[in-house]
Amino acid sequence: MAERSFKAEIERLKLGEGETFHGEGILAVTKALLESGVAYVGGYQGSPISHLMDVFSDASELMSDLGVHFESSASEATAAAMLAASVNYPLRGAVAWKSVVGTNVASDALSNIASGGVTGGALIILGEDYGEGSSIMQERTHAFAMKSQMWLLDPRPSLPVIVDMVQKGFELSEASNTPVMLELRVRACHVTGSFTARDNCRPPLTVAEAAAKPSRDVDRIVLPPANFLHEVEKIEKRWPSGVDFIRRNTLNEHFGPEEDEIGIIVQGGIFNSLNRALELLDLSDAYGKASLPIYVLNVTYPLIPEEVRDFCAHKRAVLVVEEGQPEFIEHELNTLIRRAGLDTMVCGKDFLPRAGEYTADAIRDGVAEFLRGHAPSRAPKPKPAPPPALMPATVPPRPAGFCTGCPERPIFSAMKLVQKEIGELHVSADIGCHLFSILPPFHIGNTTMGYGLGTAGASAFKPEGKRAVAIMGDGGFWHNGLTSGIGNAVFNQDDNLTIIVDNGYSAATGGQDIPSSRAKPPHRKTNNPIERAVRGVGITWAQTRTRTYDVAGMRDAIRDALTSRENGPKVLIAQSECQLNRQRRLKPQVAHALKSGQRVVRERFGVDPDTCTGDHSCIRLSGCPSLSIRANPDPLRQDPVAHVENSCVGCGVCGEVSHAAILCPSFYKAQIISNPNRGDRIRQRIRQWVIGALQRRDERMLAARAF
Amino acid sequence: MKQRKRITIAVLGLGGQGGGVLANWIVQLGEMCGYIAQGTSVPGVAQRTGATVYYVEMIPAEETQTPVLALMPVPGDVDIVVASELMEAGRAILRGFVSTDTLLIGSTHRVYAISEKTAMGDGRASSERILTAAKDRARRFIGFDMEAAAQANGCVISSIMFGALAASGGLPFPREAFETAIRAGGKAIDANLRGFAAGFDAAEGKSSSGDVFVADRPGPTSEAGRALANRVEQRLPPEAHAFALEGVRRLIDYQDRAYAELYLDRLEALAGPGALLTEAARHLALWMSYEDTIRVAALKIRRTRFARVREEVKAQDGQIVQLTEYLHPRLEEICETLPLSIGRRLLASKRAKRLFEPLFAKGRHVETTRLRWFLALYALAGWRRWRRGTLRYALEQARIEDWLALVRSAEPASALELVKCQRLIKGYGDTFERGLRNFDLVIDRYRQGGIDAATITRLREAALADEDGKALAAALAA
Repeated sequence: MAERSFKAEIERLKLGEGETFHGEGILAVTKALLESGVAYVGGYQGSPISHLMDVFSDASELMSDLGVHFESSASEATAAAMLAASVNYPLRGAVAWKSVVGTNVASDALSNIASGGVTGGALIILGEDYGEGSSIMQERTHAFAMKSQMWLLDPRPSLPVIVDMVQKGFELSEASNTPVMLELRVRACHVTGSFTARDNCRPPLTVAEAAAKPSRDVDRIVLPPANFLHEVEKIEKRWPSGVDFIRRNTLNEHFGPEEDEIGIIVQGGIFNSLNRALELLDLSDAYGKASLPIYVLNVTYPLIPEEVRDFCAHKRAVLVVEEGQPEFIEHELNTLIRRAGLDTMVCGKDFLPRAGEYTADAIRDGVAEFLRGHAPSRAPKPKPAPPPALMPATVPPRPAGFCTGCPERPIFSAMKLVQKEIGELHVSADIGCHLFSILPPFHIGNTTMGYGLGTAGASAFKPEGKRAVAIMGDGGFWHNGLTSGIGNAVFNQDDNLTIIVDNGYSAATGGQDIPSSRAKPPHRKTNNPIERAVRGVGITWAQTRTRTYDVAGMRDAIRDALTSRENGPKVLIAQSECQLNRQRRLKPQVAHALKSGQRVVRERFGVDPDTCTGDHSCIRLSGCPSLSIRANPDPLRQDPVAHVENSCVGCGVCGEVSHAAILCPSFYKAQIISNPNRGDRIRQRIRQWVIGALQRRDERMLAARAF
Repeated sequence: MKQRKRITIAVLGLGGQGGGVLANWIVQLGEMCGYIAQGTSVPGVAQRTGATVYYVEMIPAEETQTPVLALMPVPGDVDIVVASELMEAGRAILRGFVSTDTLLIGSTHRVYAISEKTAMGDGRASSERILTAAKDRARRFIGFDMEAAAQANGCVISSIMFGALAASGGLPFPREAFETAIRAGGKAIDANLRGFAAGFDAAEGKSSSGDVFVADRPGPTSEAGRALANRVEQRLPPEAHAFALEGVRRLIDYQDRAYAELYLDRLEALAGPGALLTEAARHLALWMSYEDTIRVAALKIRRTRFARVREEVKAQDGQIVQLTEYLHPRLEEICETLPLSIGRRLLASKRAKRLFEPLFAKGRHVETTRLRWFLALYALAGWRRWRRGTLRYALEQARIEDWLALVRSAEPASALELVKCQRLIKGYGDTFERGLRNFDLVIDRYRQGGIDAATITRLREAALADEDGKALAAALAA
């Protein structure tokens, strides 16, 4: 079960012709796929496309009713390879993943599918994780479109446009025998809006029907001599037909007046930010009525030479608003304008920031500069910025971190304790929640080379004396880590330790199920133990620890692995369920049990403020959000005391940490028993009787020597 | 800012705090009231406890034209900022979202950031600065402790914020429309409506503010107490009274009247200026009430402590609360609780160490609410009577006397800083040893001569800068 359930929203996917659909961008995309007669859907989760995968998953019943095949692919490469179904058969297929990282993984299959070309429409939906909130390297998907000659759609973030682009994307793909990429920026995935629905449409041919009547065409296979043919075909046939389709269907749009001496060319995906920037410069209004011509590229690759020529003719200068670098579109426009024999000046990164997200204020400043340079009479007067009301240092940064009760925290607490004993370690980190270990308070991890590549990232280290440590998540393990990391380590006789975090979900992407998940969802085969898999590829030193919260146990296991006499790769599987998902699973159960009068024990931790001395060692070894501080109630002490908030889920790490690190006696665990049974009540009465009497005696003695 | 028909609203909060719920309500509300409303967010890893922004724009719907709404807030163009925590309100100001045209609605409670929590001393950011900037910068600032209001009403903070938004008049919609939006959300409707009403009233200033009520400490209740209080008032300067009275109260509870008198003897012997005696009253009391096993046991078994825990874990009547302590006394602490000669001999003996150390290598889960453990702690607390005979007592009193002698011999400015160095000694086990080591390093440096009060301050701050003592080593080398 994923972090967010879309079961309620799925009903809206059933809307028919003429009804109005309200909802988020990703739901609109799903609806558009169903309206387009898609035959199969796949993909791999990752922000900002995770929720699209969750929507697909929650809608799988609806899809199978329509004869649409859906699967959660093992990786982006798997998903891309799935598009092979559209090579020989007129099947429409869509796959989705996070870009640019997912596209990296998928690029082998993408190159092949782009080379041979497709018969049925092939659509690749990409969540472009660029700018604010991004957790990955800042690169552009555009380069992939260029190198493989696949078309790239970058629709205006308006639901009707996005929906239209999905449908037109399939047609474009079929008209030009080329896979088409649809790029959605982070906010566009989650923007709310509405559009007029059409009826869902069964695929004219289902995957089962296609499989029943195989057909092949050896010219579609990437092998000489066909591969050379493909290259020529791309240039001579597919490209012109693609350009022709885009032009005839006017996929690109124009705003503002037709005639002017300047103009703006913008990627569709950032049009709304541009319009806001112009509005703030009094050059447009809330409805996009701009006072200078704007050419909106809903298709950013390929560019349409005739459209570019027509837009730029009779203009002194155009400003290209193109996010990210290198500025591929700006380069291409320069070529097209030169070829068209125009002398329009192409401006872009000389006025706009060379790197970073194009927020509306960045665009506003860039446009203002452009106007000052090329249309001074329309330029705004420079306005001094108001003095800052606060200095940056007054607001502490708030980086992301492990959730309350996260089972990964104690693994790193244990590693910190091991480092105290045997010194700093080289740690090759991976992609996943566990990468938060590099942040305070843990500061663990040297590099991260990609999803599932933690162990591979440590493979150059052939230790003499001190072993390197690699971290890998269960998501990354099944994605590729089993072969790229573990298999490689066995084959090359590494001597490092790999810690595999087995929390039962692909947790960082929103809690999707993976092969080792403990849940038993219908249509999936789960409960495939990781230890069996690593032993299967030749690991001999493997240990599974089933409770990461046992900090001392974790510490000892890590120490053992790092000091063991045995040579060869070692794998330690650290197992405890992702707390976010565990709470989501347990909360309704507990609420139900409480309501029906069953005995329920809730555990949580606390700190005695009168024994806490305010050193915060415990926090430095844990960093749990529910382990916080508060003003010291002791009038003599100055430093704030540690404090456990009521959001504590009773995972026990703070207690275990203070035990293992010999910190302080202030932590206590409280077990709160609701609906106690008879045994509880009798025991409680006896204890209360004795303890109460002694406490009263103690109080009398205190009173006798009271102040 | 020009008068525009559209309304822009940024919601800043921490991942998992429910900013999304609030943003959804606002979108719903706008759509119900004849607006075209659009909400966006940046999900992803930021939602794992990091700072997040939700953004909503709305504009009256028109038949003929479709608006182009932005997907992110622009500095200087945000009409309403709602922040679910004080530093997030600060972040909104820092990012320029709060201009002189902005209505700022913010909770004044704090959720401390990791950098504030991990400091070895007090790393908390200044709330005052944020509050001042909020009042100075925003067109209007509505701030109160929304977390406390949420707790009091058993609801999520989003509903309090939604109530405050309704009361602010920032959106041109009637109160009923807000309530309808909550109902349409369909989740925990009663609790959310209750929270909404509380937020509404608080924003209008109708409910009592969340000011912390600071109770005055009660005066002396016993004859001994009155005698000691008299002595404090007669022999110590007025500014030192509060700490000295607290010190006397602490030490009489910790040991007995004679011990409290020893405290006053020591204080009076310092005979310095008021500022020195004030700080000395604080730090001497803290040092003399050092946390040995006896003290910890005594504090753990008190009835008042049991009651405090019940309250803190929000136990209701009829629920049973069982307590487990995470104690890890090492052989050192055990020996230090023993009579001086035995303890010292045991600690010195390698054989004893070999024999007994394994017994104390592991932490204990002490179930204080079980008779067996309660009785053990009770007995240990009773050991107080023989505390003066313990090894730890001898060690600590010697350290205290050394320190006081040094303070007495120092010039006033340095004396004050030396007194404050007691702050370095805190905690238990490894933490205690680290603190004591740092304290000794600073004191030893002073004894070598040639450093002034300001340097002592600098060294003390360096000692609190990091756990590994890197900053202190660098400061000592400088």
